[in-house]
Amino acid sequence: MGLSFYLGQPFAQHALLAAFLVALTCGLIGPFVVTRGMAFAVHGTAELAFTGAAAGLLVGNNPVAGALVGSLVVATMIGLLGARPRERDSAIGVILGFGLGMGVLLLSYYHGFATAATNILFGNIFGVSGNQLTVLVVIGILVVAVMATWYRPLLFASVDPEVAEARGVPVRRLGLVFLVVLALTVTGAAQVVGTLLVLSLAITPAAAAQRLSASPLAVAVLSIVFAVLAADGGLVASFESSNVKASVFVATFSFAIYVVARVAGPLVRGRRTPIRHRATAGSSSP
Amino acid sequence: MPKGLHQDRGGAAVSLRSATARLGSRSVWSDLSLDIAPGECLAVLGPNGAGKTTLLRVLLGLLPLASGTVTIDGRPPRRGSVHIGYVAQQRVFDRDLPIRGRDLVQFGVDGHRRGLPRTRGRDVDAAIAAVGATAFASSAVGMLSGGEQQRLRIAQALVGRPRLLLCDEPLLSLDIASQQGVVQLLERHRREHGTTVVFVTHEINPVIGFIDRVLYVAAGRWAAGSTNDVMTTSTLSSLYGTHVDVVRVHDRIVVVGGDVEGAAGVHHLHGSDLGTGLGGVPEDRTRAPADHEAHFQDGHGRDRPSGDRPSGDRPSGDDCGDWPGAPSSGDGQDVAGQPGAPDAGGSDPVGG
Repeated sequence: MGLSFYLGQPFAQHALLAAFLVALTCGLIGPFVVTRGMAFAVHGTAELAFTGAAAGLLVGNNPVAGALVGSLVVATMIGLLGARPRERDSAIGVILGFGLGMGVLLLSYYHGFATAATNILFGNIFGVSGNQLTVLVVIGILVVAVMATWYRPLLFASVDPEVAEARGVPVRRLGLVFLVVLALTVTGAAQVVGTLLVLSLAITPAAAAQRLSASPLAVAVLSIVFAVLAADGGLVASFESSNVKASVFVATFSFAIYVVARVAGPLVRGRRTPIRHRATAGSSSP
Repeated sequence: MPKGLHQDRGGAAVSLRSATARLGSRSVWSDLSLDIAPGECLAVLGPNGAGKTTLLRVLLGLLPLASGTVTIDGRPPRRGSVHIGYVAQQRVFDRDLPIRGRDLVQFGVDGHRRGLPRTRGRDVDAAIAAVGATAFASSAVGMLSGGEQQRLRIAQALVGRPRLLLCDEPLLSLDIASQQGVVQLLERHRREHGTTVVFVTHEINPVIGFIDRVLYVAAGRWAAGSTNDVMTTSTLSSLYGTHVDVVRVHDRIVVVGGDVEGAAGVHHLHGSDLGTGLGGVPEDRTRAPADHEAHFQDGHGRDRPSGDRPSGDRPSGDDCGDWPGAPSSGDGQDVAGQPGAPDAGGSDPVGG
């Protein structure tokens, strides 16, 4: 069966739309995750979305709602426990260890479909229901709206918190807002690539983009483009394979883009080069 | 430079009255009364932890006073005021940071406003040109040298044409040429625009010709006045509550503490600097033998006398940072042609 056959199927269209929404939000927050050194926070939130999903599965057979609640609770806890990066990382480690244990405990009480559990961990893009799609659309709108409103002050606060604070940016409050945005995004992404592979959409595209440009806008655009390429590209590739999960392709595409950016980076983003010119050239090549 | 205005509180750019600052339960400094005239440059000196940065935070409206009053242009400080420019203590920018020099300067215009980042602005170009940063303003900020980054930070602080400029250790971790460049830049801007400058530093020598007055804070006490009034053995000894020698060597001021803590804070003949400086340069001989010993022990004991410094957070601070008022190679000699004493006109009595 060819690609055109799949593209005509509603389940595939749902999947492509879901992957696009997730990639958009991940690509949008990615540069901030990297700039603020929050890779571990993404990982921790994703893993604990798993615990929430397990609880949701057990209580109401609704892993998405569970994951949403779980990641929001975790984001709040991270925000309250750790203000400074180093504090934050150990706080996440502490919560992560306990939360994962709880998740395993909850799963041991669950006697439904065995695949439901693995779907949380590794994603199940083709199982996206109408309800889940609605959730993803709402999350997408929320994340884009918040980021479009606060992009500039959040960037200022991420780059230079002392001066941003002095200039009147509500640095601490924005940090909390960003944690919530991150929790929402991660929960959405977990539907597509699973909690274990969220990093491949929330970090890798942004890290690749930063290799190619130093302009905040160019990095934001590249990060989103790379994430969409990896998510939808991986999905399309997986149509041809019946026994390999789409998330594997997504993670692989994402990594390949990073490797290319890493190699091309020094040529494009040199020390004294007028980056504005070179960056535009670089953005068209990958 | 405008002088004498500070008698009239109404005309003062900054006015502190019986001001006391606390961090938690600890009193940082107390009963500070000081007027800074418009266009004046005040250097704030003192050991680490004495409350120099705290003073800036008070002026920025980030920290309320525990008691007393502070006004800027006659009004209480307000966070985010467009009339204040702020050069914060240098932090290391990550090499991959997705920010160019010009984006950093742009933040000074609209970084606090909502929306998406912009990268155009004539004011920004002008501010970048004014600090001589045009050549590297489009490079990633994390790839630039400390001196280049500092120029951009100053452009960021000045782009909004502030009436009051607050600088927190802007010379830290810069080499000597960059230090002079930064000081000249600030001096030129102040002359052209009449900007009031509060300059926190722990090293007076690089700015000695630039400043009008000195505020010295130490051990919760303070003294303010001309360089000549404040930087004396008797004034600093009474501030520290222990004997401190202030020695003038050519036109440099060297402060030598009798005990480790005093020495650490007041001055930074670090252990490492001392190793090379002690033998080679005659001017060190002017110090009492006891001081040699104190420094020397310290040099062996730990890398820096001031153990409380977060040196790890600073770029190459140990090599070229905190440029020593001191000893290395002929530095004392080549400035001998300049007039001996700093031209500090104000003759306020020593307070506190």
